[in-house]
Amino acid sequence: MSGPVHAIAADVRSGRRSAAEVLEEHLGRIAEREGSVHAFNLVTADAARQRAEQLDRAVAAGGDPGPLAGVPVALKDLICTRGVPTTCSSRILEGWVPPYDATVVSRLAGAGAVFVGKANMDEFAMGSSTEHSAFGPTRNPHDLARVPGGSSGGSAAAVAAGFAAASLGSDTGGSIRQPAALCGVVGVKPTYGLVSRYGLVAFASSLDQIGPFATTVADAALVLDAIAGHDPRDSTSLPDERAAAGSRLGRGAQGLRVGVIAELAGAEGISADVAARVNEAAEALAAAGAKVEEVSVPSVVYGLSAYYMIAPAEASSNLARYDGVRYGLRKPGADITDMYVATRSAGFGPEVKRRIMLGTYALSAGYYDAYYGKAQKVRTLIIRDFEAAYRSYDVLLSPTSPTTAFELGAKTSDPLTMYLNDVCTIPSNLAGHPAASVPFGTGDDGLPVGVQVLAPALGEPVMFQVAEVLEAAAPSSGGAA
Amino acid sequence: MSDDTLSGWEVVVGLEVHCELRTETKLFCGCRNVFGDEPNTNVCPVCLGLPGSLPVLNKQAVEYAIRIGRALHCRVQPSMFHRKNYFYPDMPKDFQISQYDVPVNADGWLELPSGKRVGIVRAHMEEDTGKTTHVGGGGRIHGAAHSLVDYNRAGVPLVEIVSDPDMRSADEARDYVDELRAILVATGASDGKMEEGSLRVDCNVSIRPQGSTALGTRCEIKNMNSLRSLGRAIVYEASRQVEVLSSGGSVVQETRHWDEADGRTHAMRSKEEAFDYRYFPEPDLVSLAPSQEWVRAVEDALPVLPAERRRRVAEAAGVQAGSEPVATVVRLGLDALVMATVAAKADAALALRRLANEVAGQLAESGVHDIDPDAFVRLVRMEHDGELTSAQARTVLKDFVADGGDPKAIARQLGFEAMGSQELAGAVETVISANPKEWERFSCGDDKLVGFFVGKVKAATGGKADLRAATEMLRRRRGA
Ligand SMILES: [Zn+2]
Repeated sequence: MSGPVHAIAADVRSGRRSAAEVLEEHLGRIAEREGSVHAFNLVTADAARQRAEQLDRAVAAGGDPGPLAGVPVALKDLICTRGVPTTCSSRILEGWVPPYDATVVSRLAGAGAVFVGKANMDEFAMGSSTEHSAFGPTRNPHDLARVPGGSSGGSAAAVAAGFAAASLGSDTGGSIRQPAALCGVVGVKPTYGLVSRYGLVAFASSLDQIGPFATTVADAALVLDAIAGHDPRDSTSLPDERAAAGSRLGRGAQGLRVGVIAELAGAEGISADVAARVNEAAEALAAAGAKVEEVSVPSVVYGLSAYYMIAPAEASSNLARYDGVRYGLRKPGADITDMYVATRSAGFGPEVKRRIMLGTYALSAGYYDAYYGKAQKVRTLIIRDFEAAYRSYDVLLSPTSPTTAFELGAKTSDPLTMYLNDVCTIPSNLAGHPAASVPFGTGDDGLPVGVQVLAPALGEPVMFQVAEVLEAAAPSSGGAA
Repeated sequence: MSDDTLSGWEVVVGLEVHCELRTETKLFCGCRNVFGDEPNTNVCPVCLGLPGSLPVLNKQAVEYAIRIGRALHCRVQPSMFHRKNYFYPDMPKDFQISQYDVPVNADGWLELPSGKRVGIVRAHMEEDTGKTTHVGGGGRIHGAAHSLVDYNRAGVPLVEIVSDPDMRSADEARDYVDELRAILVATGASDGKMEEGSLRVDCNVSIRPQGSTALGTRCEIKNMNSLRSLGRAIVYEASRQVEVLSSGGSVVQETRHWDEADGRTHAMRSKEEAFDYRYFPEPDLVSLAPSQEWVRAVEDALPVLPAERRRRVAEAAGVQAGSEPVATVVRLGLDALVMATVAAKADAALALRRLANEVAGQLAESGVHDIDPDAFVRLVRMEHDGELTSAQARTVLKDFVADGGDPKAIARQLGFEAMGSQELAGAVETVISANPKEWERFSCGDDKLVGFFVGKVKAATGGKADLRAATEMLRRRRGA
């Protein structure tokens, strides 16, 4: 199963279908359902049409636009696009238009992609439901009463609803994988440093990573290969010595060693139907010839606590620049301090304020060692435990999200319950390792369930290899909604 | 520092010097690093801190930092960058990328011209802020009618050099800054211009009873923009602290602002001072680990530094390394002329005297010099050999330093041709016949009188006589 991204690119490159025709199909679906889904902060239909025509002219002239020729792509609205507003779903960036493109945007454009719009998200990527958007929530295309997950909920919903063939999100603690699971699509958080963060508006710099959403594993690998690679503008970007993400696709699971993470599979809060799907996924891999065992990665249980020190700490610093001085919102004040306070009070939503306060506290004199310092030690511990596990296993398996999509408003009043959504996804961010969520059947409510495949640093090829086997074995596709 | 104001007390000074590196581009982006351009023209998404931008460390800046570190005898070590968080409109990100607990350079020292060593705690890298101009409100941000910010300076690389509290007077603090500036300029890492803000000095001042080894409570003084105001600020602050302690009070540890106009230091308002910088490791940069080979190559390429130049001059001239003339010629970059004199086996001590006195004095007025070493050595030799009297030599030197040229030609033009030996012999005979008694005594062996006769010859010839030749002639005449 190669998927629509492959199909569109092949058609457009060969001239079987025009990029314009492909685009209009997607714009048609947007016209039909975007009003109820609200996947986008901005649909850039005019620019997309111009771009599609340009690609078609290039093909007609005998050119090859590249591996993503004519593929409609949605971008999470914290990826900078030159001349197109980038809001992070926040009031604080009101009126700001980036003067530059993020590296991933240039790379996708260079591969022939067509950008259809900027996808809604939790404000500054802080949230797990896309309800914390200053511009209203995105709804799950499978059930409009439910959330799409978050923070990249718009990107996930856009792909699930067929508004775009693929999209980019960002994943700091699960913000790609959890919405992918809830929307029934494939979502990938790559190895830290594999994809350039230049032009990604930072939430927590040491955890943030851009990654793709697609309806199939092969499509996600194709998009990832288009955006991955060393970027001299990002000091944390890895060198280019690695195999392509899709290089092991089609090899099956024969002889692979798969560990099911005991601490996550049976964690408190994992619903029975999700746990059952993970078990079935493990059995499917065993049936495909993999050696599947339960494995203990003891320190992952501390991941959530460590994450909620490190991520807010970095965020409190990253978000300091939104001060009303240079760009974005400015609310007048009697003096500079009043102006700062007025601007930031009006510009940030409650969840962002909560995390800025949490992070500021964690870094404060006298608390640093107890909070931020200790959290970094947990991080080291998690990396060590993962390393130990990967000495015996090629990939690890766990649920992606503890539950299927929940109803809008169900968790907004209790931040801690909301934070628990990320319990299975956070360890990979802390370790800097890749992980993918693959749709695997549905829950008791008929909504999609995602299974998470975790791999060691730069283990994308084997991660996709296993994900593809799960995709083929999945009880129901769970794809387009 | 007058002793009566500080009687019984000793002042203790440590300095923090911020030095702008003269790299082509800024510390974390490709914008030009130049002073004086139209405001906000050398800016980009990175140094404006636009959302999504990321820093990339400038290799040339690291090399300059290593040069400074090795020139200050520091250990160059693996290091990392931290974020120093505080809100201020001239900081585009509202945090400054700086080095914190692991600086690139640590534990060095600097040798003052006096020979005293001042410890260097660290010399770390950080980015500069933009420049704010507050209009109205006495030039402070609170109360200003409006403020203008120029981000051309934002992201310019700095090295902050922190000394131990090893200085004991305002003069010593000035000597330290002077010497540090000379080192920074010599390494090529900085232009050392205090007036353009490339060198900015903060000082920590405390006092203690004379003879005590404990450190008193210190105050940090900011806003001195010349060596002169640094000296004045230290003198004022020390006497202020003496007054506080003498009247039974205690010094409060605080940051104080030097006011050039009223000649005092003022406590800064706590609102501007009470920062918790919430330092944490900069996640957008990787740690900095210069290879040993690189550090060695940078070190090998360093020029001879002032302390070593002073040692060489002192040895050549046979004087003490800590002596004033040696410090003067090295400070003025005249030591190459001393070394040229040594190389030509001419009188280096004489060359040092002339350079440290006459030439230094003249340069202080005119400020320029481009002295041909060969011609200078010839002039030293003419004086040494008695072709010119010292008075004549000084006159020739003055013209030579001002306009260049050949010293022999200048001397001829000035009518300083050495007196012919026949003319000299005539003058000697005249003096002998005019002083028969003294000549009798000199002839009988009273050698002290040689000075008397040489003086008479000098007077009789109007100073034109070569006195060495006259002395020889007198001795020959006595033996005949
Ligand atoms: Zn710049």
